[in-house]
Amino acid sequence: MIRDRRRLSDLLPRRRSLWIAFLLLPAAAIMSVFVAWPLLSAFRLAFYRFDGLMPSDFVGLENFRQVLTEAPFSDWTWNALHHNVIVFCALMVLENGTALLLAFALLKALPGHRVHQVIVFLPVVLSSVIVGFLWKLFLHPLFGLVNQALALVGLHGPAWLGQESTALGSIILANVWHWVGFPTLVLLAGMQRISKEVIEAARLDGAGDGTLLLKIIWPLLAPSVTIVTILTFIGSFNWFELPYIMAGLTGSPGGSTDVLGLYFYRTAFGSTTTGIQDFGQGSALAVLMFLLIAGVTAIALRLLRRREVEL
Amino acid sequence: MNIWRIGRVALAAAALWGFAATAAQAVELSFWTWRQEDKAAYNELFADFTKANPDITVKFESFPDESYPTIVSAALAAGHGGDVIHTHAYGWLEQFVKAGYFVAQDQATVPSLANMPADALIAGTYRADGRVYSLPFASQTLGLFINKDVFAKAGLTPPKTWDEFLTVSKALKDKGIIPLANGLGTSWFNEMFVAIFTNPFLGPDFVTDLTTGKATFKDPRYIAALGKLLELRDVMSPGYEGIDYDTAGQLFVTGRAAMLAGGSFDIATYRAENPQISMDFVAPPTPKAGDPGTVTKFYDGGYAVNAASPNKEAALKLVNWMGTKQFGDKFSALLGNISPIKGVVINDPLLAEVATLNQTAMPHINVVYFRFQKPTGSELLQGDITKMMAGSITPDQLGADLTAGVAKWYAPFQGK
Repeated sequence: MIRDRRRLSDLLPRRRSLWIAFLLLPAAAIMSVFVAWPLLSAFRLAFYRFDGLMPSDFVGLENFRQVLTEAPFSDWTWNALHHNVIVFCALMVLENGTALLLAFALLKALPGHRVHQVIVFLPVVLSSVIVGFLWKLFLHPLFGLVNQALALVGLHGPAWLGQESTALGSIILANVWHWVGFPTLVLLAGMQRISKEVIEAARLDGAGDGTLLLKIIWPLLAPSVTIVTILTFIGSFNWFELPYIMAGLTGSPGGSTDVLGLYFYRTAFGSTTTGIQDFGQGSALAVLMFLLIAGVTAIALRLLRRREVEL
Repeated sequence: MNIWRIGRVALAAAALWGFAATAAQAVELSFWTWRQEDKAAYNELFADFTKANPDITVKFESFPDESYPTIVSAALAAGHGGDVIHTHAYGWLEQFVKAGYFVAQDQATVPSLANMPADALIAGTYRADGRVYSLPFASQTLGLFINKDVFAKAGLTPPKTWDEFLTVSKALKDKGIIPLANGLGTSWFNEMFVAIFTNPFLGPDFVTDLTTGKATFKDPRYIAALGKLLELRDVMSPGYEGIDYDTAGQLFVTGRAAMLAGGSFDIATYRAENPQISMDFVAPPTPKAGDPGTVTKFYDGGYAVNAASPNKEAALKLVNWMGTKQFGDKFSALLGNISPIKGVVINDPLLAEVATLNQTAMPHINVVYFRFQKPTGSELLQGDITKMMAGSITPDQLGADLTAGVAKWYAPFQGK
């Protein structure tokens, strides 16, 4: 009898494990089919030459060599990567910098701060497609709101999305307008977690807004900054919707708004008006993007976490 | 009573069997296309087909243009897709044929192939085996739209030569009218814009030289023709760098611009947008007086039969019917497109003019010859032309880029 009880108790953890496995099964199945399988499939296809729409020969690293070293493909890859880096740097400064200031302003709970909190976050709930079309209209050289406003003060606005010098910057600004509410909310939540005593003590010691933000809040905000930085990096290197809507699949004008997301899509799936589909080269690009994003994210996460501990 | 009941059951069973047998014979074909706007016209055409073939009905299914290649290739790879697929032509078609997704068409299965002119058949032919896989459906012509009312009000005559074009444009500009509505904000149209204005300067001999390897895009004729495009910057819309093709169309249709380099595929659209518009479609300016007007022509695509279709026989029957004069006449009348089918009657006066211009047309060089492998001439040109117009590269550099890029797969250019 006692022996039987022991057996039953031995079995319980196993049953529990089976039960957990059973509960995890649907999620695991979905992840396998929709995440793991496409990922592995892209890895496999990156090593094949595509003749038409079917893989023909195993070509080893040839697709990687082409997109990294053979012009014009390599020119397009480096050009797109260069723009992704610009986008990341610009968003870190413009979007997250603005978000930090907005969060600090909201933290001070000035009259009407709740309304402002909603206003700042409102564009985030809009679809990128809507935002893209909206800003494309705003920036229209003839009928756009921006140039009409400039004309009122006697200035002649350029074709914002039609010039290489202004196109990428315009799309980045549209992105800032769209997403600034998200880092604002994350940073505000981080600021609200800082003990009020610490802030009051700093105030009693005579700290002004600038000192408080730089010497007290900024170091204590490190975990939120880590999250915002990592998400900005991933977002910048996966950037697709906004440039696609505002500048088209070719990253016009003259590839000045081309980013890796657009270049990958164009290469893998082609376009009715430019060319043919090449899943081999497209998969190689996808693999490189995955390695870059995963690798840099892992390193950055480690460094930023270390910074959190030091601070 | 029981006998009656048994009789009724037997009768019902017989009726059901009859219906089932009829249903088994009836076939519903699906027709896949990116031309969502043509639904009503195609449904009318398919109703005619069903009238002649009562056992076959056709369901029109459309998908967004931009994602159409992805949707079709994914469906065909999975062994699905429409029974009849509306295809684009040339290189676009070839990648699908290479994968074995379409059925070859010949005189036995599609006798109406005999109704097609030779250059139209090339658009649907796989170069490797010389067989037709897609029955051509329409030719598209690129030329110059003229807003006749705007010219009449300005007291000017539409230009014929390049010099006249520049002089008339200056006069229009002085009167506050945009001479040429076009901008450079739509990549795919930029390539057509290049073809429209350079072809009259290149001439058919240049095309022969390109295809035989005697010339490349570094040829002085091509560089000089590209140079002419730079002169257009002064006559295009203000802020032309950011004006897309749709906006250009609106400027033209509303009379704010006098001319528009465009495609015959938009005749119906502009009429719908402004039914009062009085417009003409003419050849772009010629190098000198007396030169023949040269429009640019290409075939937009065709109708292919899905190799995985369970209804191949019925699908081929439909495709064959789509190559008949009966179809072509109604197709041109309903859609304002020019059917390539021999003997098709075009009643619309403007379309008839386009058909006449087609007789001396030049091919759209990139679409017809340089979209078969990567990098395509189209992606190279579309990337570089805005740079050239902005002055950041020269016509020589564009010609060199285009030649070097295409030489990756086009043997006649290799080593040149």
